[in-house]
Amino acid sequence: MNEHRGLAFYALALVFALYVLFLYGPMFVIFVLSFQGPTGGLTFPMNGVSLHWFERLWHGGGIVDITGAFKRSLGLGLVVMVLTVVLSLMAGLAFRKKFVGDGALFYITIASLIVPSIVTSLGIALEFRVLDDVLKNYGPAWLSDGYTTAMGNYTSGLGAHLTWTLPFGLLVMFAIFNRFDGRFEEAARDLGATPWQTLRHVVLPIIMPSLVGVGLFGFTLSWDEIARSSQTMGEHNTLPMELQALTTTVTTPDIYALGTSTTAVSFAVIAVALFVIGQLQRRQAAFGSDAGAA
Amino acid sequence: MTVSVVPSKPGTPASSAPATRFASRAALDRFGLPGWVQAMPIGVVFALFFVLPLIFVVIVSFWDYNDYQMLPTFTARSYVESFEGCLTKFPDCTILKTYGSTLKFCAIVWALTLVLGFSIAYFLAFHIRSTTMQMVLFLVCTIPFWTSNVIRMISWIPLLGRNGLVNQALVSTHIVNQPLEWLLYSPFSVSLAFVHLFTFFMVAPIFNSMMRIDRRLMEAAYDAGANGFQMLTNVVIPLCKPGIAIGSIFVVTIVMGDFITFDVMGGEQIASAGKLVETRLQALQFPPAAANAVILLGATMLIIAILNRIVDIRKEL
Repeated sequence: MNEHRGLAFYALALVFALYVLFLYGPMFVIFVLSFQGPTGGLTFPMNGVSLHWFERLWHGGGIVDITGAFKRSLGLGLVVMVLTVVLSLMAGLAFRKKFVGDGALFYITIASLIVPSIVTSLGIALEFRVLDDVLKNYGPAWLSDGYTTAMGNYTSGLGAHLTWTLPFGLLVMFAIFNRFDGRFEEAARDLGATPWQTLRHVVLPIIMPSLVGVGLFGFTLSWDEIARSSQTMGEHNTLPMELQALTTTVTTPDIYALGTSTTAVSFAVIAVALFVIGQLQRRQAAFGSDAGAA
Repeated sequence: MTVSVVPSKPGTPASSAPATRFASRAALDRFGLPGWVQAMPIGVVFALFFVLPLIFVVIVSFWDYNDYQMLPTFTARSYVESFEGCLTKFPDCTILKTYGSTLKFCAIVWALTLVLGFSIAYFLAFHIRSTTMQMVLFLVCTIPFWTSNVIRMISWIPLLGRNGLVNQALVSTHIVNQPLEWLLYSPFSVSLAFVHLFTFFMVAPIFNSMMRIDRRLMEAAYDAGANGFQMLTNVVIPLCKPGIAIGSIFVVTIVMGDFITFDVMGGEQIASAGKLVETRLQALQFPPAAANAVILLGATMLIIAILNRIVDIRKEL
């Protein structure tokens, strides 16, 4: 179409630039403020520059068990990531064929994304409470003696996170396989490959960059999840839950130091994932003919 | 083993050979594990942690309760209590007022994210010419989505607080005499945070719709004499309807069910539909919490049904 940039371009470019500033500006402010001097407060001006608040945070200076929460969130995030990749991939492969209940599964996946998180969270909590009651009152003695609850980070909590990450994982898989050229598989089969060999040596290498993307969604969405975690984590809170609890009580820059630390983890994971995706795509461009380019 | 008789060059785009694709699709059915086996794990997760929990919510909403436990007997007590005063003092009861206020937030946030999200998607899709640049800029919009919402909320505190940057600037330039109080812990800051956090949910589906628009349609409109505005209203917006509808569903359902943004940015002073559930939960009153959850779910489904009447989303996916 028209070759020179019109007024609309500059107006929209300005909107976009302001939006990016709006997205990143406030975050940048708390990064700066987390390096407040020891006498500094929650707002500007900066009273010196120091690592005081980070030290206080990581030596457990006054606030909750941050190290424990950090490890719990990291562990849970990694498990959610692996499960999200594996389960989304399997389901993505399934949806390329017809199977009984494919329509229902599709709608349930979308519903899981749309139903308010508090409702899902409450439901899982109720399910586990009823399960606990049943086991305590009707379970065999070896089970019910000393039994407290089945709720925990890796039971109800894990399930709650998966209801949030799997829909994203599956939607990404749909996008991948919509563009996937099935003739690569046919060629592999014609050359005598078993289904497993085809998957392992043909399909997976082509879709690997996107699978890293699915893993990125799995980890980061779990790492920052609160709403679904709120009722389902049992007695041990995850890091974002601790952070949210702090927003109402803390009046010192500890909270910015914590915010900066968790965001640093997010950014590190995003950077690693994007780097790996870039490397894989470069490798494909160099060695892999035009696989997946269609 | 099946032998394919269709010769195909590996470089040919799949879309140009629908017959070949159909043949391979049919062949795939007889190839590898059956679909239901592959879909089983995800199905089990959704059954255990989504479908069954929703059933529990509905069942428990009809249970009775006392100060320290739920009592599994059928009663509509939780619903009756939730709508307390709605008949006698209509429409001046807690639940209706709360839903009214939440819907107002939905409308404001929806309008703002739609206009902003559409403009950004339009800029990315039609004004950025190189695909690489498009992807880079889209990624710039996506990265905050992969970071913590709570941190993105509290990052407004040093800006909007009583002694925050905005007030410091306004006071020092004598635009106002004393710091503005309504910037933080107010309906303003709640709406601002929603726009900040969730405009991405509009950008992504609308951008996706725009990228699918056949550019030749726009060239045809241009050749037929359409000006920029006519192009927008007659070509782009109608073809973006599915994206707009999907983005709207995301944004509206998020605001309807949210309790964290209302808490953190509203200073725990602003009621919302999601918080009605959460307040009951904090008091460990599970049946009333469940009843409020069912009401919330009903309201959300009603909104989706209305949006679905405007655009048939199923057809567009």
